[in-house]
Amino acid sequence: MLSVDVTRRLGDFTLEASFESAGKLTALFGASGSGKTTLVNLIAGLIRPDSGRIAVNGRTLADTDSRVLLPASKRRIGYVFQDARLFPHLTVAQNLRYGRFFAPRGERYADFDAVVDLLGIGPVLGRRPERLSGGEKQRVAIGRALLASPRLILMDEPLASLDEARKGEILPYVERLRDEAGIPIVYVSHSVAEVSRLATDVVVMREGKVAAAGPAAAILSRLDLLPADEMGEGGAVLEMRVSGHDQVFGVSRLRSAAGEIIVPRMAATLGTMIRVRLRARDVMVATEKPVGLSAQNVLAGTLAALEPVTDNMFDARIDCGGEIIVARITKLSAVRLRLEPGQGVFAVVKTVSVGPAGLAAAAS
Amino acid sequence: MTDWLGLGPDEWSAVNLSLRIAFWATLASLPFGILIALVLARGRFPGRILLDGLVHLPLIMPPVVTGYLLLLSFGAKGPAGAFFEDYLGITFSFRWTGAALACAVMGFPLMVRAIRLSLEAVDRKLEAAASTLGASRIWVFATVTLPLALPGILAGMILAFAKAMGEFGATITFVSNIPGETQTLPTAIYTFLQVPGGESAAIRLTVISIAISMAALVGSELLARRIARRREGA
Repeated sequence: MLSVDVTRRLGDFTLEASFESAGKLTALFGASGSGKTTLVNLIAGLIRPDSGRIAVNGRTLADTDSRVLLPASKRRIGYVFQDARLFPHLTVAQNLRYGRFFAPRGERYADFDAVVDLLGIGPVLGRRPERLSGGEKQRVAIGRALLASPRLILMDEPLASLDEARKGEILPYVERLRDEAGIPIVYVSHSVAEVSRLATDVVVMREGKVAAAGPAAAILSRLDLLPADEMGEGGAVLEMRVSGHDQVFGVSRLRSAAGEIIVPRMAATLGTMIRVRLRARDVMVATEKPVGLSAQNVLAGTLAALEPVTDNMFDARIDCGGEIIVARITKLSAVRLRLEPGQGVFAVVKTVSVGPAGLAAAAS
Repeated sequence: MTDWLGLGPDEWSAVNLSLRIAFWATLASLPFGILIALVLARGRFPGRILLDGLVHLPLIMPPVVTGYLLLLSFGAKGPAGAFFEDYLGITFSFRWTGAALACAVMGFPLMVRAIRLSLEAVDRKLEAAASTLGASRIWVFATVTLPLALPGILAGMILAFAKAMGEFGATITFVSNIPGETQTLPTAIYTFLQVPGGESAAIRLTVISIAISMAALVGSELLARRIARRREGA
């Protein structure tokens, strides 16, 4: 459990953030300049709060009222920086062991070989950071933070300096870390694709304040909360079970309470849970069940709300079996279809627009 | 031994003494050099400019003035000299230790300057990263700051050593020019030039002086290259 309630001024900028999260991976999400990095630096102890309190699992790291201010070295918080910050004078193996040396003997839960294996960095252990690719550097940085046996890991846009291919290389490792290591992660990002794929909880930052906080699916379907430049990436995030594969046509079937959808063939075994992101701009609304349509995914539901986004755009929130699917439509469409909250509608999604939440979908 | 290179006993002792004085001057001033460089590079306090000026003073003052000030303070009757003699058993006046002190003071600005520049070039972000990994400030300094500043520290030591090998004015003013005790290479060369027929000895010492300076320079260059290569991940 991470609990933060702090203020900090930096020049003209004021951060006033308050949230709690018990999620496995909490995304700090917002446009650049919204205070995300300031917030993680406060949690890490690299800058001090003007006032407020920060606690991890009940342990107070900073509290201006009771004059508690643990230095960064005593906080046991792993920090994966955007720019990796590996020590240039040490080898990869020495970098990895650095934090382990300072962890109290009884609390060294991270196993060297297991971490090296998890991150696939065995082949580069003898190298100097200078000789690593960008993706390798970030994996070593994650390993270094993890091997200090921290109680919380902070990741400040660890993929920001990487190209799309390298991002795709790192993301699975972050997922494994989230699912296997059992350490809560705070992940800073301004990318809806990354957050949809990774986050269990989302804290939306805007102009130094927390605009919203809650479970990932609930926050990500609220497109009005997303940064303007990322709004087109927003939409529903559904947890769906792989219910079938069609070898002939090369498609897979996914099922959840919302219904069944057909997606491009996935390399996942039957029964596994997969996160699917249905971008609002990829979803159409029909008032009658369409016929003679190439789009294969037609989900029946009720129009829960029609929210104006701009003067001439609406987000139609469609309740399909208890799960919310968002469709971005024009005012023109809304008027012509005479859409009213409460009426039965169909959400239509093209198969090719759907992929596993994250970069695969963004690239399709 | 005295026949080696055709050196007379006085010449040999001057070479020997110069090396010993330069070695100890460099080594003893190193911790202070790093400390002052750190304070000047990182410290934010009133009087920092004053300290900076004080450290650099020997560089711009006439060496004779520095030597005379040392004589007044660290001489047999000087307050600092009396303290070192009474409490630490170290005598400076007219001893080789005094020559080492004079050389250390004269080389100090050069040493501090080189170390300070390299400390300022150390990426503070790496230090922040080390602290999040559990390293206290002292550990961060020992395991990140110091190794990253090593090329500058080596350069500072070489400069101080070279300065010590060549120091003349402050040394001769403070501890005079006693063969076997305070007569270093430069003062010996000067002495040989004052006596008729001393020219050949002066030339021999000059050649040795050049050789030692070159060796120090080449040695430091090789070391610096090795450090650079290691960092690039060879």
